[in-house]
Amino acid sequence: MKAAAFAYARATSVVNALELLAVHGDKAKVLSGGQSLMPAMNLRLLSPEILVDIGGLAELRGIAMRGDVLVVGALTRHVDLLRSPEIALNAPLLRDAVSHVAHPAIRNRGTIGGSLAHADPASELPACVVALDATIVARGPTGERRIAATEFFKGIYETALSPDELLVAIEVPVIGQGSTFFFQEYARRHGDYAVVGLAARAVVAAGRFSDLRLGFFAVGDRPLLAAAAGKLINASVNPGLLAEAATALTNELDPQEDQQATAAMRRHLATVLFRRCVAALLARPELEMGVAK
Amino acid sequence: MSAPVSVSLLVNGEPIDAFVLPRLNLADFLRENLKLTGTHVGCEHGVCGACTVRVDGEIVRSCLMLTVQAQGALVETIEGVSDSGEIADLQVAFRERNALQCGYCTPGMLITAQDLLKHSPAPDRQAIREHLSGNYCRCTGYQAIVDAVEATAKTRAERGT
Repeated sequence: MKAAAFAYARATSVVNALELLAVHGDKAKVLSGGQSLMPAMNLRLLSPEILVDIGGLAELRGIAMRGDVLVVGALTRHVDLLRSPEIALNAPLLRDAVSHVAHPAIRNRGTIGGSLAHADPASELPACVVALDATIVARGPTGERRIAATEFFKGIYETALSPDELLVAIEVPVIGQGSTFFFQEYARRHGDYAVVGLAARAVVAAGRFSDLRLGFFAVGDRPLLAAAAGKLINASVNPGLLAEAATALTNELDPQEDQQATAAMRRHLATVLFRRCVAALLARPELEMGVAK
Repeated sequence: MSAPVSVSLLVNGEPIDAFVLPRLNLADFLRENLKLTGTHVGCEHGVCGACTVRVDGEIVRSCLMLTVQAQGALVETIEGVSDSGEIADLQVAFRERNALQCGYCTPGMLITAQDLLKHSPAPDRQAIREHLSGNYCRCTGYQAIVDAVEATAKTRAERGT
């Protein structure tokens, strides 16, 4: 189908975009890469009265280190994340995740800010920013505010952004030494939305986790930072402890049933990814076998 | 509310100035306004790949891009890349190996395959499959398409182009 009629404003600056959003409020939608918004509009799931196109704002695109924080502009495209040496060095989780996002032609247009603001619970990047303990930078009429990624996602397609705010950047703390990452997802075909996925960041020293952040996606109405990871921090991980943590994980998940999977199947697959992740991060393949019930 | 917007872009090297409604996507603009009907419209939500074109050198879904977003852009369609001879060898390989039957997906397949060969001159079959994974073909079963792309990569490598 074709999108319903709407008005169009090409923002000339961030300030101009904010003025437009202030005028039009929730009747407006921000257009960045359009790779989620346009399908939704073509399918008539969304019919905004006006699109505020921020696609031309070069100031919002780019990746840079600022001290020990990696700053990623909202308009940075998926393909930029794939090719960036700064991402490969400091946040390879984002690169690994993006290779699972759709297909090359989509990755050439889709942006990180668009993906986060869209907040699809089955998409990869929201779970990554939760696992990376990132901060979302939003600008509004009264200035800038920083929102922890864990506080940003509020539900299916819902975020902490208000209609007059613009997501401008993502700040990722870089831990450096000792940090490792894991990304895997189950999907029917590569590039499809995940059935269940896991994005993780860990700090490992002397065979133990001194930090472990597990961001699960497609297991609820928003990315979930699994509390069960806490059981493995500063502990000697053995099959018994891992089984206990896996049980705790299934209890904290609240997955939906849809045409792709039942809730029980999602719980099961989440524990498979969990075991695989812990085994990979600790470089102990025997842990993955465990008790596969 | 939704008044026409002026847009200027280059299509296959030709400057185009137009007034279009914001809702007009680039695929429909190319087909309806410019009569460049080689760009096909399948699913209209970014899944099938039949509408793939190049914008500023990168492949995109023209059904997921508004014409007004192409302001100042360089758009290349299947007509452009075939008339210039850029993909002549790829087209021959598709024909020789029966990599098309109904032809609906073919323009998108060719543009996407050419994009792969530009970025990675010696892809293996897995890489070819991965790069074409966003382009659906409902006739060939893909084997012949992968064969054609692989064969073109080999001939280009031998020719050193």
